[in-house]
Amino acid sequence: MKLFFWQPWLIPILPLVGALLNGLFGKRFTKPVVATIALLFTGASFLFACVHAYTLTSSGAAALETSYGTWIRAGNFSVDFGIYLDHLSLIMMLVVTGVGFLIHVYAVAYMEHEGGYYRFFTYLNFFMFFMLTLVLANNYLLMFVGWEGVGLASYLLIGFFFLKDSAANAGKKAFITNRVGDFGFLIALFLLIQHFGTLRYAAVFSIASHFPVETGAGVLTAIGLLMLVGACGKSAQIPLYVWLPDAMEGPTPVSALIHAATMVTAGVYMVCRSNAIFSRAPIALLAVAIIGTLTCFFAATIGITQTDIKRVLAYSTVSQLGYMFMAAGVAAYSASVFHLMTHAFFKALLFLGAGAVIHGIGGEQDMRKMGGLRKYMPWTCWTMVIATLAISGFPPFAGFFSKDEILWQAFSSSHGSKIFWFVGILTAFMTSFYMFRLVFLTFFGEYRGAEPEGHGAQSAHDDHRHTPHESPWLMLAPLVLLGVLSVIGGWVGIGNRFEHFLDPVIQKVSVEQDAAHVGETVTTLVSEGEGAAGENKGLENLLMGISVFVAFAGLGLAWFLYVKDPALPAKIAEATGGLYRLVLNKYWIDELYSAVIIGPLVAFSRVVLWQTVDQKVIDGSINEVAVAARDVSQVVRQQQSGLVRSYAGWVAAGAAAVVAYMVWMGTR
Amino acid sequence: MTVPISYYLLLSAFLFACGVTGFLIKRNIITLFMSIELMLNGVNLSFIAFATRLGTLDGHIFVFFVMVVAAAEAAVGLAIIISVYRTRETLNVDRVNLLKL
Repeated sequence: MKLFFWQPWLIPILPLVGALLNGLFGKRFTKPVVATIALLFTGASFLFACVHAYTLTSSGAAALETSYGTWIRAGNFSVDFGIYLDHLSLIMMLVVTGVGFLIHVYAVAYMEHEGGYYRFFTYLNFFMFFMLTLVLANNYLLMFVGWEGVGLASYLLIGFFFLKDSAANAGKKAFITNRVGDFGFLIALFLLIQHFGTLRYAAVFSIASHFPVETGAGVLTAIGLLMLVGACGKSAQIPLYVWLPDAMEGPTPVSALIHAATMVTAGVYMVCRSNAIFSRAPIALLAVAIIGTLTCFFAATIGITQTDIKRVLAYSTVSQLGYMFMAAGVAAYSASVFHLMTHAFFKALLFLGAGAVIHGIGGEQDMRKMGGLRKYMPWTCWTMVIATLAISGFPPFAGFFSKDEILWQAFSSSHGSKIFWFVGILTAFMTSFYMFRLVFLTFFGEYRGAEPEGHGAQSAHDDHRHTPHESPWLMLAPLVLLGVLSVIGGWVGIGNRFEHFLDPVIQKVSVEQDAAHVGETVTTLVSEGEGAAGENKGLENLLMGISVFVAFAGLGLAWFLYVKDPALPAKIAEATGGLYRLVLNKYWIDELYSAVIIGPLVAFSRVVLWQTVDQKVIDGSINEVAVAARDVSQVVRQQQSGLVRSYAGWVAAGAAAVVAYMVWMGTR
Repeated sequence: MTVPISYYLLLSAFLFACGVTGFLIKRNIITLFMSIELMLNGVNLSFIAFATRLGTLDGHIFVFFVMVVAAAEAAVGLAIIISVYRTRETLNVDRVNLLKL
């Protein structure tokens, strides 16, 4: 028996302690104390995560499950407080704590001039606690707790500048959109309870492995589709992606941590975690793939036209999450998680870089007013370039390996299709284009922000507007570290090492699988896979060549349009007219939603729920009771005339009545 | 020959009814006061009648109590009447209507 304190439950609890300390006493602490507490507990959590990662990998076990007592018990159904540590949660845990710690470091400097310093770090640590609960839980209900908790933290942090109307609204939008997804997730949990009688991962997956692969729409398909609804909400997929771009109202470290690296990948994690269910429900899997593909394409097109640096990155995040869903949807879960990991590195870096830019030029977020910043902030510039190369898929940067793996799986997997691949490669081209557009507009050319107008979104940065300057080393250190990770982070995928690392997590399921012959099928499938890999090596290399080519093409086009001939983009926008405006206005999806869903809902609530049910039925019945009481009193109060003789008369009459009654009773 | 108890009771009821009627129709507070005394004495009479008839002392004791209370009441009541007259300069009970809402 190991020391109790040496067990994995400490990993999520440490940030919670930090959050409580800062939340309860932070008001009295000075800024350095607040920052030290926040960093100490997240850092300790990261160290613990590393220790446990080492323990797990060196033990050779597939998963370590520990339960710390029962939470809910109802009849045969029970839920534990438990930690489930396998290779998937290990990767998530390391990404969350590692990237989270770096972003905490960055935020110490970034938030220096903002109000509510302790509040910020309280929320941030609070988020870490829930995110770690989400990834380390050993059952779906505890995961759901983390799921809701990160939603809450996200709401609080998006609306961090709560005096700003747009920030408060963005927070509400994120929360409510997520509720739609949570609804699906919750129904999926109910179905799991009904059909499996448990929510423990290990039990659910072992029961699910006795199910045959569904050809039609069965229970597993229903559960899968409902989980997909939940994942769409959290991971910002069509049709619930609308909240993520607005979430950029939050401080930039929040965008980096929650809305790029960790929380939004919870949906991907959930799908990959539930691979035993999804692999047996081809329809659900196909839905995942289609939604992922559509999302990655549409978000990328919108990303091309945006001018707000953070919004470009937001749409890019949505698009990259689409890639992850596409990979999960073709049953390439390890590719999905691989991209999740590399994406966490380079997208966190991009956001932090964007934050450094915004910080350095005094709160401006419009790329049209940037330019030429390479001279002023070389570190930020070159780390951003590294991240851009990584996300665009240039070898040997991290994004190349993971994206290429996804595209190859989309092409070759038995669940895949060439359409997925084609859309994916098109998106890769657009990704490369809009990311280099961002880099060229921001760092190259001439500085266009010489005459500031002074209405940046980052309110507190407004007051010290001067020539662009490089950020303090506390902000640059995370940038450099993430830059290094963005370069080497993909190398773990060379030779399919990453894929085999996740093998214990992914249940192998083939279409012909017969419940009685699980073992045999797996062996044949694996050997088939090895053989096929050899034959397809040529094809794989060809596809790899194409994806590298489109990355260069995107770079070239961006260079041509934004460096060589900066007047051209406006002309193209002019020429395409309606199409350009359609994309610029994000396909009017927000307007469509508010017309089709929000408008009727508000009207219904106002007319039926408020004016009819609330005002007429509920208020009305109470008012009627009051009016009736008043009317009765109006009659009765006449009795109190103040005339002593009238009172005496009533007394006499009463006495007479009593006597008469008694006489009548006695003589009857 | 003894007087039948019903005679006493009829007289008692008559006295009580007189008291009630006087209380209801008169306006002068002092008259009301006297009406109350009349009612009390009506009741006293029936107590005495029953006590004599049943041969017990209970009724007598009650009557003493009633008379003591009536004497105390008269003392307090007359004091109140004087104070009412001093403040309102009337003894008309209908004008003393502070209890009205």
